Parts: sequence; C-alpha cells; structure tokens
Amino acid sequence: MIEIEGITKRYDATTVVDDVSMVIEPRTIAVIVGTSGSGKTTLLRMINRLVEPTAGVIRLDGADNRSLPGYELRRSIGYAIQGHGLFPHRTVAQNIATVPVLLGWDAARIKRRVDELMTLYQLDPQAFGPRYPHELSGGQQQRVGVARALAAEPNVLLMDEPFGALDPIIRNKAQEDLLAIQKRFGTTIILVTHDMEEAVHMGDKIAVMDAGKLVQYAKPAEILAKPASAFVETLVGASEKPFRLLSLGRVRDAVETGTAEGEAIPGDASQRDALAELLWSGRPALPVKGADGKPLGRVTVDGLVKRAASPA
Amino acid sequence: MTIRFDKLGVVIAAIVAYAAFAAPFATFRANRIVPGEARSILEALPAMLGPLLLAVIVVAAVVALLKTPLILRLAASVVALAALALLIGVAGSFLTPEGNSFARISPASGFWLLIFAFTLLLADVLTRLNLSPWARIGVLVVAAAAIGMLLVSGSWNSLSILKEYANRADSFWAEGSKHVTLALGSLAAAVIAGLPLGILCHRVEKLRAGVLNVLNIIQTIPSIALFGLLIAPLGWVATHVPGAASLGIRGIGTAPAFVALFLYSLLPVVANTVVGLAGVPRAANDAARGMGMTDRQRLFGVEFPLAFPVILTGIRIVLVQNIGLATIAALIGGGGFGVFVFQGVGQTAMDLVLLGAVPTVALAFAAAIILDAVIEMTSTRRPEAQPA
Repeated sequence: MIEIEGITKRYDATTVVDDVSMVIEPRTIAVIVGTSGSGKTTLLRMINRLVEPTAGVIRLDGADNRSLPGYELRRSIGYAIQGHGLFPHRTVAQNIATVPVLLGWDAARIKRRVDELMTLYQLDPQAFGPRYPHELSGGQQQRVGVARALAAEPNVLLMDEPFGALDPIIRNKAQEDLLAIQKRFGTTIILVTHDMEEAVHMGDKIAVMDAGKLVQYAKPAEILAKPASAFVETLVGASEKPFRLLSLGRVRDAVETGTAEGEAIPGDASQRDALAELLWSGRPALPVKGADGKPLGRVTVDGLVKRAASPA
Repeated sequence: MTIRFDKLGVVIAAIVAYAAFAAPFATFRANRIVPGEARSILEALPAMLGPLLLAVIVVAAVVALLKTPLILRLAASVVALAALALLIGVAGSFLTPEGNSFARISPASGFWLLIFAFTLLLADVLTRLNLSPWARIGVLVVAAAAIGMLLVSGSWNSLSILKEYANRADSFWAEGSKHVTLALGSLAAAVIAGLPLGILCHRVEKLRAGVLNVLNIIQTIPSIALFGLLIAPLGWVATHVPGAASLGIRGIGTAPAFVALFLYSLLPVVANTVVGLAGVPRAANDAARGMGMTDRQRLFGVEFPLAFPVILTGIRIVLVQNIGLATIAALIGGGGFGVFVFQGVGQTAMDLVLLGAVPTVALAFAAAIILDAVIEMTSTRRPEAQPA
C-alpha cells in the first residue's frame, strides 16, 4: 500500500505539486493523468525520491520513504520511463541485470532472473541477451526497459509514460503484456500518462491532476460518469465518453439470451469492440462465444446502447 | 569503351607529372651549408634505374588517373612509394663523389611531391577500403617496420639527413626521449587534472563558463609568449620554495615547457569531458538514478563509459598538438627534437632542421592513427565487429 499524505513540491515561488493526498491499494494499477505541467511526473518522482518533497509524507507499506537512503529506496522500487532509458553501452542482459547487480545478487541467480524475464517478454535469452539496445526495435527496447524495472522483483513499479514512444499497434500489445504481468506478479503499479484512453484501459483507479492539484481520484467508470470538474470533463472528452464507458466492460457481461447469425465474438472482447463490429457489419445482433468456443448467447445494438448511456 | 577519370586521380596525376618531369628529384651540395644544385630523376640515378623509376611513376599515375579497381590502386601506390624510398638511397650513393665526405645529397621538391602524391593515393585507397581499427594499426606497423628496415639496412646512409643523424646519434635519442616525455608527461598531467575539473564543470553549472573561458584565453596565448610569461613565476618558485630547484623547477628549461604544454592541454581535455558528459542521454542518466545507482556508480558505470569516446577525442587532439608544440620547448632549453630544428635554422642547414622535423611529424601522425583507431573501437561496441 502506498499512502501519499499532503505532498507538496515548490520550486522557489512556483508550486508544482500542491497538497496531494491519495492511497494506492496493493496489487492495483493507479494511473495519474494530466496535461503537461500538471505535476504528474513530479508526483511520481517523489515516491522514489528522485525529487524530494517540500512538505508531506509518503509511506510505503507503512514505512516513511525517507527512512532509507534514496538510492537504497530506489533499488526496491521498479522504475520505467518514456524512451526506455536503456544504457547504450551495455548489452540487453546487462541492462536487465542492473538492479540485481547493485543489490549484490550472485551471478547464477542474476542469470536465472534475466533469462526468466526475457522469456516472459518473448525475447530469446540466447539471441537477444548479448545484443546492444540499438540493435533492437522500439517495441523490443520498451520491453527490455520494463523487464529491467522488474528485475529485482519490486513490489512497486513506477512508470512515466512508458508507452509514449510506441506506435499504436505496439502500444496496445505492450499494454496487454503489462496487464498480464501485473496479474502474474501482483505488482502495485503507478503509471503516469497524458492519454485518457490508456488511463481508462489500464487503471484500477485514475488520478486526474491539474495545475499541481489532485482534481479527482476514482475508479474509471466513476471518472467517466461523474467528472468532478469541467477540466476532468474536457480530459475525458465529452464525445468519447460513451465509447470509453463501453471499453471498460466485457462482452460476456452484456450477453442476452438468444441466437444471432454470423461469426461469434469472444466473451473477453470489450463491449466497445462489439458495438463497433455491429455498426460496421450493419447487423442488429452478434453471437458470443466463451473461451472454450461454446456459444454464450448474443449481444445486441440496443443492449449496448443502453449500457453506453450515462448512469446518472 | 569509354575512359572514366577518377577525381582525386586527376589531382594526383597532375602533381606527379610536374614532380617527375619539371621539379628536381635530388639536390647536390658540395658541403652542408652551400646552396644546392638540382638533379632530375634521369641525372640522379644510374643508367637503367632512372628510366625504370620514371616508368613505374608514370604507370602508377595512370592507374590513379583512371577509374581502376581498389586493389590495383593499392598496388600502384605501394610499388611507387617503395621504388621512391629505395631509389632515393641509390641516388644518394650515386651522386656522392668517391671518397668525398663533405658533399651532401638530399631529396628535393620533386621527390617530396611524388611521396606526397602517392601517399595521398594510398590514404584514399585505405579510406575507401573502410578498414577496421586493428587493420589500420596493422598498416601503420607494416609501414613503420618497412621504414625501420630501410634505416637499419643503411640504404639511406648516403642521404644528408642521415649524415646529420650519424654526427648526432647520441643526442638524437636523448632529445627524442625528452620530446616524448614532455609530450606524454604533460598530457598525463592534463588528463589527471582535467578529468576531475571537467566533471566538476559538468556538475556545477556556475563554474563551467568561467573555467572554460579561462582555458580558452590560455589557449590563445602564443606559445613563445607563454614560455616567456612562465619564466618569472617559475624562477620565483625555484628560489623561494625549498626543494623546488632540486626537483628541476627553474625559470627556463624543462619545467616551463612542461607547464606550458600542460596548460595548453587542459582546454581540450576539460572541454571534451564537459561535452562528453553533456552528451550522455538524459533518459539513461534518469534511469540510472531511478534504479538506485549512487552518484559515483552513475559516474563510473554510465556517464564515463558513454562520454569516453568524446574524452578520447580530446586526448587525441592534445597528444598530436603536444608532439608538435614540444618542438618549441627547445627555445627555452627544454630539449626535444626542436633542438635540431633551431640549430639547423641557426646554421642554415636544412637537413638538420629536417632531422628534428621529420621524426616529430612521424610521431604525431602515428599517434593520430593509433588514437583514432582506439576511439573507433571504444565507440562502436558491436559484438559482431570482426577483429582484423
């Protein structure tokens, strides 16, 4: 659990982060969204003390984050940034091993962990381990960056626009990979982004920052349904709201009894994808199949449209 | 079939044509200080060898002029250079009258131009071959060995520059080692002082402009003026600081030369350290901090290795510059190859000037090639980079 209490950061006269308090539950993903200059990155960097706060306390599992020297604290917290920040003069394996080496793990344990992470990220350790970062594609570099952040099995992972430099297709894949890995390791993730779509997709909770203040901190559905201010409303994008709401739900939760013609859509797909498919094919209903391929029922345009309406 | 010309080849062929047919190949002088008489290739060499050399040169020039395969150009330049190197020695013994030890035979402008033209061709071929760093050092070693063998074999002994050497063999090596000590010692001192200063300038922004400006100003002081400026303070140190004089610190001699070279070396070392550190990707630095490296670990683990090629470039500049500048140290009694240069100027004996200048140029040239190769090796860390 991460407790942020009354955190403020001032540079001379400018207040960059203004009295922010929030609690991030263990094993969840909290996404901090805001425009540039909203203080979201500074807030993130105060958690691992790359930036020292002017006032306030941050507790990690109950312990003040100032109880350790900064560099020791940072070794226990994963850190991944935009443009990955890989060391160009070190191989992929050496890059991933950075924190374990700092922690003084023995060579066999480091190798095991590096191989495990590379396999997890679909990079063959034999083929990719000895390569240098510039020999990888953008998507591969990003995966190595996240693998490096996870190397020492941290409970907490801080990510600053980790997918910002990726093209849309690779970004989608990277987001899915991160969700899968978060489930597997149960890591608490705090992710900074300016992309509301990414926030809604990834976040268990979303924190919206504006001019240093925390404007709203709530579940994605609530942010979409009841934006706390005009700023949040703009950030969500009024015309996008119904689609974002649908993208939160799975098709299997919208299944109605009955049958329909055509190719079945998997129950895991998002309701937004189902609606898109319905509109595009011009049909009133689609059959739905479970993970085992058995029919579950159908989704209808009418049913989805009701779900996209404002809950208020 | 159309004949196509090589652009650089046109220049080379023009130089060769002038040098081989219009310029003198060797100079004959009755003794070492009188003005010389020019000798063309045909006059300077025994019966068959003159036309043979001309033929080799003309063929090589034609190879250079036309668009020809690299391997042929390489062969042409090497054969031409080897023929010139061997035959200038032959010209030396051929032109020297029997039993006359005063006469001096030296290579003349035509010879030097021919050497220049074919070295240009060779350098062009080597660049186009895109050799690996190790291969370039290999070429340097082979060239040095070939020149060394010619020197040892005595085939150049009849040339004036080697006669000057024969008269001064002992002092040549003594001054040579002094020259190298001055150049390398001041470089080492500059690296020891300049690296920390550069790191400090990188970390403390307020210092940067001040330090770099001071070093810039020092760099613009003419070397002779700097030597002069140092006489007074070092003389004062020698007389007032106990033990200083016994360490060899005096107003003239090696100490001011060393200090001046050190001061000149500081700017490239400090500036390149600052530039190199500034060029470290921000993201890499941020990631290093974010993952829990201490400042020292970050400096030695990330910043330094990444800045290293740029810092090495600074060191390369300094080394080549120092090898050249150390020549001036002789003016204030600092020794080095400059001793021969200034003696030669004083006696109007150009061969003696060359005895000081040629080794200096050769040293600087070799240092540049070696350090360039090292820089390339450190900056391209590709695992599949094939060793030569």
